[in-house]
Amino acid sequence: MLKLNGVKLSHYKNSKDAQTVDIPLPPTVTIPLLQHMGVGCEPVVAVGDTVKAGQLIGDSEAAFSVPVHSSVAGTVTAIGKYVASSGKIETQITIEVAPEQETIECAPVEVTDQASLVAAARAAGLAGLGGAGFPTHIKLAYKDIDKVDTLVINGAECEPYITSDYREMLESPDDIIAGIELVQKCLGIANAYIGIEDNKPDAIKLLTEKASGKAGIKVSSLPSLYPQGAEKVLIYNCTGRIIEEGEIPADKGVIVMNITTVASLCRYVKTGMPLTHKRITIDGNYVKKPMNVRVPIGTAISYVLDWAGIHEELARKVLMGGPMMGMAVYDLNTPVIKNNNAILLFDEQKAVFPRTTACIRCGRCIDACPMNLMPTALEHAYDQGDVERLKALKVNLCINCGCCTYVCPAKRHLAQKNTLAKGLLRKK
Amino acid sequence: MNRLIVSPSPHTRSGATTQKIMLDVIIALCPALIAAVILFGTRVLLLAAVCVGSCVLLEYLCRLLMKRDQTIDDLSAVVTGLLIALNVPAGLPLWVAVFGCFIAIVVTKQLFGGIGQNFANPAITARVILLASFSGYMTTRTVPQNYMAVDAIVSATPLVKLANGASTSTYLQMFLGVKSTCAIGEVSALALLLGGIYLVARKVIKPTVPLVFIGTVFVLSAVLGQDPLAQILSGGLMLGAIFMATDYVTTPATEKGKIIFAVGCGLITVLIRFYGGYPEGVSFAILLMNILSPQIDKMTMKKPLGGKA
Repeated sequence: MLKLNGVKLSHYKNSKDAQTVDIPLPPTVTIPLLQHMGVGCEPVVAVGDTVKAGQLIGDSEAAFSVPVHSSVAGTVTAIGKYVASSGKIETQITIEVAPEQETIECAPVEVTDQASLVAAARAAGLAGLGGAGFPTHIKLAYKDIDKVDTLVINGAECEPYITSDYREMLESPDDIIAGIELVQKCLGIANAYIGIEDNKPDAIKLLTEKASGKAGIKVSSLPSLYPQGAEKVLIYNCTGRIIEEGEIPADKGVIVMNITTVASLCRYVKTGMPLTHKRITIDGNYVKKPMNVRVPIGTAISYVLDWAGIHEELARKVLMGGPMMGMAVYDLNTPVIKNNNAILLFDEQKAVFPRTTACIRCGRCIDACPMNLMPTALEHAYDQGDVERLKALKVNLCINCGCCTYVCPAKRHLAQKNTLAKGLLRKK
Repeated sequence: MNRLIVSPSPHTRSGATTQKIMLDVIIALCPALIAAVILFGTRVLLLAAVCVGSCVLLEYLCRLLMKRDQTIDDLSAVVTGLLIALNVPAGLPLWVAVFGCFIAIVVTKQLFGGIGQNFANPAITARVILLASFSGYMTTRTVPQNYMAVDAIVSATPLVKLANGASTSTYLQMFLGVKSTCAIGEVSALALLLGGIYLVARKVIKPTVPLVFIGTVFVLSAVLGQDPLAQILSGGLMLGAIFMATDYVTTPATEKGKIIFAVGCGLITVLIRFYGGYPEGVSFAILLMNILSPQIDKMTMKKPLGGKA
């Protein structure tokens, strides 16, 4: 059987034993209306309105969109614009937190079939919580649902440092199993695999116990080889199916969900309370006390860091997400959003990279690419502006996992060039 | 002032650098260098120092004249210098060695754009040019007087003797190292294998090319009625297969390409050894296959996972 490439990374799962703690409420939260892949929401509240925790504050007519809820009770003080990580101008809502917290009235949601499951996922405000932010309701609304026979739950958490999904597995295993059963029941999916990297034996053991006796739920122990949690890699390693160019996983009978997403879906159905908080790992190369905290969505990074007693002055690079695919933030007032799973801080030593030198054609990038691409050839084609060659070399299949850049001894920006190349193809 | 650095992912890099890779190659060449010093005396060290020194200096001057960033700190010029020293006889006049370095660094490497851009392995090209231009010095011509004094019995290269049907060395001698007028770095298969094992263990090279190259020579020698063991233990095969046919820049990038490359190298080596005008064909084989590498690369593109034609 074909073995997919990848790279062995140091895991730095320093926060794995850090039980999730709740952070005290911040004075204000700033909630972006684009926390998912797709179209940003429009505000449904106005400045001066009082809102309750869990109340809908942004929604959109667009199909490819996910509603946004307030994470706190308070007063809307501003509705403004900000530059999203995509570079686009989006809307955000600032809410001053009230001293007395009040939650919306909610009740368990009855979910019986695909339509009600899709509606629930949307109402819960769920978008791929592992980092991708893909609207969950769209994934679940696949039209030929009868062809889908397998659910793959992504508990790989292959990025270094991050343990928020790991803590989900240890702290809420019942929500995970119940969530899986719910999706299986509503969509008529026979088999479910929970894919977990083998550097998390406790989670594998616990979930295997919880899944025993549940028909069709199987825990897959996967090698700790980055990018194990990349959708196509995970699907292949759990089911042996290859998602072809232009296909989505459901075309091959598979739906993939992040482990925290499926647990959150279960919690919504149990309570009727949409997603308002997110567990994030706080760590980094100079962070003395790594931890996992549950943060109201919209809380500024700086507030979290102050509370955790971390010196911001030392940070030269602050990431939302992991070191391989996370987003570097330019402002510590950036709020935590749904698909964040970590705040990682790096000092001078880790944040500044060595100089780029000439490619020596060593082929390490080719050996590392899980998609079997040839990054060095792609870089050359991009530099030449050779659109035809970029197409022939299948730059569109790049999942931007960053393995090529990571292994390059010449410190070349290979994955980054692939992103630029995809942009070039879109323009042509 | 905002001190935060913003850059696209990934935000971490492996420890591998070009310099570290080159340093590993230098370390891997040390056993062969030590074996050469034991067999040929301290002039080997002088030769190595001159070759390394002139390669580094020439690279420095080239980059200066071309107004490009300096690259001598990547140590690739040191590797080239060391390889040139190991690819010539102990008695080679120093000015001829410096000429070889000029061919390698200036003509083959820098005029094509420096590291990563050369179409052929610089040290191999130097050896081939020296062999063609100074074949006397490069093969059986006398070594300097003081060497004759130290040891009067300087034999012809084992390959020449093999070609003449007069091999006197045992396999063990050939494995450990036989003194001859051949290139100083190719005498001890043991020393070269130690270096090769080090490079494979350090993941600097994959064993594919050396194994397939040497294996091809072994099999074809046997098929053609020659002594296969003597063929693989003599001449520049080990040095070429382990250290020069594994050069990243001038060999195919994919595993499939490497196999084609190595089979080609082995085939050409055998053809030249048995039917050609020269007793040794390793350098010519590698050089020819270097030139074919871009074509092999084109033929052996990897199939992307889930890619449609």
